Amino acid sequence: MSTLKSFLRHPTGMIGLIVLLTVVILAVTAPWLFPDDPWDMVGAPFQPPLSEGLWLGSDMLGRDVAAGIAHGARISLIIGVISTLTSLVIGVTIGAIAGYFGGKVDEVMMRITELFQTIPGFILAILLVATIGPKISNIIFAIGIVSWPPLARLTRAEFMRLRGREFVQAAVCQGQHPLTVVLRRILPNAISPIIVTGSLAVASAILIESALSFMGLGDPNLMSWGFMIGAARTVIRQAWWMSVFPGLAILLTVLAINLVGEGLNDTLNPRISRKR
Amino acid sequence: MNRREFAKLLGLSATALSGIPLGVTRAVGQTKGGTLNTIIQPEPPILVTALNQQQPTLTLGGKIYESLLRYGSDLKPLPGLAESWTVSPDGLVYTFKLFPGITFHDGKPLTSEDVVFSVTKVLVETHARARGTFLRIDKAEAPDPLTVVFTLKAPFAPFLNSFDCTTAPIVPKHIYDGTDFRKNPANAQAIGSGPFKLKEWVKGSHVHLVKHEGYYRKGEPHLDEIIYRVIPDGASRAVALEQGKVQLTQWTDVELFDVARLSKLPNVEMTTKGYEFFAPHFWLEFNLRVKPMDDKRFRQAVMFAVDRKALLQRVFFNLGKVATGPVSSKTRFYEKDVKQYDYSLDKAKALLDEMGLKPGADGKRVTIKFLVPPYGEIWQRSAEYFKQSLGRVGIDLQLENLDLAGWAERTSNWNYEMTCNLLYQFGDPALGVSRSYITANIRKGILFSNIAGYSNPEVDRLFEEAAVATSDAKRQELYTAVQKIVVEEVPIAWMVEQDFPNFIDKRLKNVITTGIGVHETFGAVTLG
Repeated sequence: MSTLKSFLRHPTGMIGLIVLLTVVILAVTAPWLFPDDPWDMVGAPFQPPLSEGLWLGSDMLGRDVAAGIAHGARISLIIGVISTLTSLVIGVTIGAIAGYFGGKVDEVMMRITELFQTIPGFILAILLVATIGPKISNIIFAIGIVSWPPLARLTRAEFMRLRGREFVQAAVCQGQHPLTVVLRRILPNAISPIIVTGSLAVASAILIESALSFMGLGDPNLMSWGFMIGAARTVIRQAWWMSVFPGLAILLTVLAINLVGEGLNDTLNPRISRKR
Repeated sequence: MNRREFAKLLGLSATALSGIPLGVTRAVGQTKGGTLNTIIQPEPPILVTALNQQQPTLTLGGKIYESLLRYGSDLKPLPGLAESWTVSPDGLVYTFKLFPGITFHDGKPLTSEDVVFSVTKVLVETHARARGTFLRIDKAEAPDPLTVVFTLKAPFAPFLNSFDCTTAPIVPKHIYDGTDFRKNPANAQAIGSGPFKLKEWVKGSHVHLVKHEGYYRKGEPHLDEIIYRVIPDGASRAVALEQGKVQLTQWTDVELFDVARLSKLPNVEMTTKGYEFFAPHFWLEFNLRVKPMDDKRFRQAVMFAVDRKALLQRVFFNLGKVATGPVSSKTRFYEKDVKQYDYSLDKAKALLDEMGLKPGADGKRVTIKFLVPPYGEIWQRSAEYFKQSLGRVGIDLQLENLDLAGWAERTSNWNYEMTCNLLYQFGDPALGVSRSYITANIRKGILFSNIAGYSNPEVDRLFEEAAVATSDAKRQELYTAVQKIVVEEVPIAWMVEQDFPNFIDKRLKNVITTGIGVHETFGAVTLG
């Protein structure tokens, strides 16, 4: 409760939270706000913003840009959250095993992690999506695969720090199962930095998805912000609104998530939190 | 104007002035000399058109290699290397008379021996499209240095349409005879008989062509040199044109979305002429082996459900025409009096209802996978357009993006449900049209064959008879009949006859004079 109170007093964190909640509400209410399919050609092509029935204008096929942004918010958030959960599962598992057992196991786990860290994440994501095909499940998988290494390293460091503490050793001496020790004794104490890093990973997942869609590697059946910018790129001189609004949407969402992440960091970190 | 351009202008006026006392340039009202700067993209791998038929190779190689004939925008033959020609009444014997005094770039004369060698030895081995035609030759003879006689095994009407510079470039026998054509070291020098010869090719930068002094057409070429610049980035190409650094663009040098804007430039003219020989036809491809696409009513419904005029305007930036059937209206033997598919969602729904394809609770009648070919913008937008259009009548398209190799592999092996495609017509229905409809061309693994799997014995017969008929009137009659049947059955949903823009500096004259357009020799081009 005190954490929540502390967060509510965090100014930039609150701004981020408000923006983020707006995006979430937009995503949730998209089917009611814009009942038509966002791919539908509802008006004349290249209508500027504030045209009749088209607040943010229309694209080259006469599709509503506002509807695209609202429906795109769903895709961006879904991909951001699920792919981050995927990378959390992979990263925390590997980090926890490496940090808890140490020694040879740690060696092997960390070499694998390094292997992934040395390949540039975005390039690997492009490669994966291009190979297994641009479908939403594959995109989530690819983003998850490229973003787990930092989480694994962080979890490992936390586990190594806590592994030698008395309360952990006490639990081990009592003969508790390693799984119980890991999940009930160590993890709860290591969770704060993982949550913070995870929240920032959502932002980078959204960026990776946008970049993939921009390059034409998005799911062709789903409207997404990156796709909208990619399609607008060629006509930017005729129709600035086609790229500016989805661009703003990405900017605001990613910024908001970062602000929330920083706010969480400040409130969950007892040293900073207590100073307030 | 910067200093270099000013200097160039000085240079040009100096040549013009020096021309006056001789009374040459002014007398014929044309300016001699000058440099044409243009674009080549992507950079071709080789310049020998007999060995490689990719678009940039053909565009550039057309200046270096010439063939026996040229074709007007009506696709009727005009003299090329051949001054005159005759066809025997039975359609079997073709006799060509060459112009006297033709020489290759290395100074050796071009004779009928070179023609026979190029057609019967080189092209049948290296050029898939030419091979189909030239394998029909029974005997090729060179009775004297200026006469070539081809005797066919059976009449083949489009034979006379196969001697343009992209199909039948003439290569020197004295260089290629008895060698491995593809590995011949002379390929780097690209020795042809065209009005321009290769001076220098700086990979990644430019190809520099200069005047062939011994060119057989007196007074040609007018230009001193042509420089093809490699500019891979679309925006940079547009800037080069805007700044006058290049005086000519072709094919997709200027991207379609930029055409309207650049057409307003004061110093250039835009024309879509000169692609009649290729006549690119864009269409929706069905796999007729898959239900419900085996039913003609379904395919007709698709034709009714897509607003092709809007597709042309919104996706193709109005560069083209709505296609009405298998034969392009730009080519010969086109028949416009066929069944018309105006945009009508009601007609489409009625046909689908009649088939028994009723909409389910979610409004969908059927779900079909659509492969999006990875050729860029237009293809992606078209796919989205088809998805929305067909969605309105309850046909749910699921788009699937693939890379080029994947798309080619899936479609050519019939592992698809629907896709779209673009095919050239090559000046004659027997060369570029029938291949997509005749049973004999249902060949697994071959990309531009009859991949839909359409088969109709009557259509086969008409196409076959039209290919061997010797009079144009008879051919028209047969092609009219076949077009009526095919348009009724819609094995392919024809969408757009695509146009490509040429931007031409207003000082340039005689650039687009034939149906081959920018692939022509450019011997007659002047820079005024």
